[in-house]
Amino acid sequence: MVMFWVTLLAVSILLYVLLDGFDLGVGMLFGLTNNETRRRAMLGAVAPIWDGNETWLVVTAVILWGAFPAAYATLLPAFYLPLLVMLAGLIVRGVAFEYRHKTERMRWIWDRCFIGGSFAAAFIQGLTVGALVEGLPIVNGQYAGGDFGWFSPFAALCGVGLCLGYALLGACWLVKKCEGDVRTSAYRLIPYLSVGLLVFLVVVFVYALAEELQVMGRWIERPYLFVFPVIGALAAVVLAVSVRYRRDELPFPMVILIFLSAFGTLAISFWPYMIPFVLTIDEAAAPQSSLAFMFWGEGLFVFPLMLLYTFISYRVFRGKVAFTPEHS
Amino acid sequence: MDVTALLLSRIQFAFTISFHIIFPAFTIGLAAWLTVLEALHLMTGRSAYRVLFEFWLKIFGVAFGLGVVSGIVMAFQFGTNWSVLSKMSGPIQGPLLSYETFTAFTLEAGFFGVLIFGRPRVPPWFYLFSTAMVAMGTAISAFWIMINNSWMQVPVGYVVENGAFVPDDWTKIIFNSVVWVRFPHMLLGAYLTGAFCVAATGAWYLLRNKYHAEAHIMLRMGLFLAAVLVPAQIWFGHLAGDYVHEYQPAKFAAIEGRWHDEQPAGEVLFAIPDPASETNNYEIKIPVLGSIIGSMSLTSKEVGLTSFPPQDRPPVLIPFFTFRIMVGCGLVMLALAWLGSYLSLKDRIERNRFLLWLVFLSFPLPFIAILTGWYTAEVGRQPWVVYGVLRTADAMTPFLTARAATISLVVFCAVYTFIFAFGIFYIYRLLRAGPAGHLIEIPSGAVPNRPMSLADEGLGSDPKYVGAGE
Repeated sequence: MVMFWVTLLAVSILLYVLLDGFDLGVGMLFGLTNNETRRRAMLGAVAPIWDGNETWLVVTAVILWGAFPAAYATLLPAFYLPLLVMLAGLIVRGVAFEYRHKTERMRWIWDRCFIGGSFAAAFIQGLTVGALVEGLPIVNGQYAGGDFGWFSPFAALCGVGLCLGYALLGACWLVKKCEGDVRTSAYRLIPYLSVGLLVFLVVVFVYALAEELQVMGRWIERPYLFVFPVIGALAAVVLAVSVRYRRDELPFPMVILIFLSAFGTLAISFWPYMIPFVLTIDEAAAPQSSLAFMFWGEGLFVFPLMLLYTFISYRVFRGKVAFTPEHS
Repeated sequence: MDVTALLLSRIQFAFTISFHIIFPAFTIGLAAWLTVLEALHLMTGRSAYRVLFEFWLKIFGVAFGLGVVSGIVMAFQFGTNWSVLSKMSGPIQGPLLSYETFTAFTLEAGFFGVLIFGRPRVPPWFYLFSTAMVAMGTAISAFWIMINNSWMQVPVGYVVENGAFVPDDWTKIIFNSVVWVRFPHMLLGAYLTGAFCVAATGAWYLLRNKYHAEAHIMLRMGLFLAAVLVPAQIWFGHLAGDYVHEYQPAKFAAIEGRWHDEQPAGEVLFAIPDPASETNNYEIKIPVLGSIIGSMSLTSKEVGLTSFPPQDRPPVLIPFFTFRIMVGCGLVMLALAWLGSYLSLKDRIERNRFLLWLVFLSFPLPFIAILTGWYTAEVGRQPWVVYGVLRTADAMTPFLTARAATISLVVFCAVYTFIFAFGIFYIYRLLRAGPAGHLIEIPSGAVPNRPMSLADEGLGSDPKYVGAGE
């Protein structure tokens, strides 16, 4: 039962990162153009699905609460201020989707909210992962770091790294969904973003070695973990080739593979901890009666349905965004 | 534990959840209304239904967006500010709220995209189905939220193990009779909100001599629905009072403004309770009625607040007044709905400008009633967060600082005020412009304030591509 819920939690986090990742990425790239036609094409590529994508964040939060209440109750207050920033970012960027079309004079405000909110949310998500990797100050099962105990240069670096990663996902999504200018400029961005991401990964690796982070110990104990970086590297090669030959459908799945390998790396280096080296999955788990109640309804029946209607909504909005230049 | 942080956290929770409830209260009813309109259009082929659908869909889009973003905050706030509560009651509240997310939130979010963008891409039956799914999602969401909150009001089906509430009987938790009174009470409140907003909009257009056909449909459907629902709502309100009387006597005494045990008890219609002297000033009281309302008896003894130790009493002023405001709103709505329906049946309502004005101005009433009803329930539950077993003061994150709590409260107030102000403004402009959508020809200049000058034109020719809410 615990394994089932840990798996669902992992799937939900992964879906959130991949799906909201690309629409946050598009939000960040939105700032690179002032052209209303292009901006509309970019919005058109994410508008019908962003809402469903963000749902996975809530799904993650409630699975964490229901199935692993101790982890939920430890992590959320520890990241009090960062989560506030993330929520504020998600709120203003969410309403920007609706509001920017309701006004012309004030549109610039909503566009800035959209860009800034996307950056804030992506940065904070990277920062929290970084802080977890580095280890939170936790004493007797309770966070003891004060208002800013989560901050470190390494965590901030991870925030920047995830911004790059999401922007790369976003660029590949635009290549897949758009035509014309937007597609061309997205193609131009992909090499820069990928190289940026690569540099970030190398820096993280060197830093982790230099600081002798506890997580690194896992790598020496478990050399088979290196299969993940290898998958990532292969995906990066295919990405480069597909960009070179302008194969619109390929870059996005390749970046997904890179994200999967990074996610797998992290997940397995954390195992069996939920909060690294403080709280294990079993310690964090809710009592059997809670897990079973969740399993026999939402786990067994509703979760597959959710995947189904996520699939349906992507299917309904498949293909390139219809785009006619006279709308500018 | 920091006392200032506790106060700020309570204010923050009250503020964010009050802000949030406004939108579900509105969209639950609106989604059902959209489903009815779409079905009527498919059945009759009458274009007015389609025009109304497209019109209310725009408003639904804005309100739904605000509901979604303010709802995400709720999924985090239990953990950030109330970590002791979320750890102790996590095994019960966590699964309940996860059911809410799994069964409702994703249903709404998934089909909402189809609603806004999908008409040209899906067959009509699937579009109707999507509308119904969104409506059902909003109602299911309310269902789980009410189970969760009812468990906090009347905790059942659990044992305490290792400092946590461990569920041992989920059927008791879900089929608790309290749930089945409070869930219909909330749902009816939401449908009434939709009905009054729709009727008020119809009345507004009739007063301005615009969109006669659509306004007529809105006014009639809204008023007729309200005429049926308000009495039902009053009945469920009475049942809700019964559960409070049975399970939460201190809250009941606070609502009644009853300081001392009385036999038979009077009913305080109005007073200004004075907690310092434990008496009421300016009291208007009807003898014996208190016993009739509380126990359906002429002689029963009704408990007063002073029978409870001071540390177990809720604050009196807020539940006392919010309850009376809620009931007052309900009675005014009943009068309007019945009078309006009667005149509408006699085809006299459109000549009665005074009543049209009243109906138009009535749209805040259901919102006020829902908010004040919730204040009665939640403030009246104090000093407990889980009634009788966990105090609010003990539920807070122990290491939360006043500084962090101040920052978050200020940020939430600023952000919510900002998006709320614009949201209301945009909804107002949409309503003011009226259902002059792309389906009917309006001579240019007929609508002075077209809301979406640019985006709207783009939309007319290519609906699958312009942004949300259009």
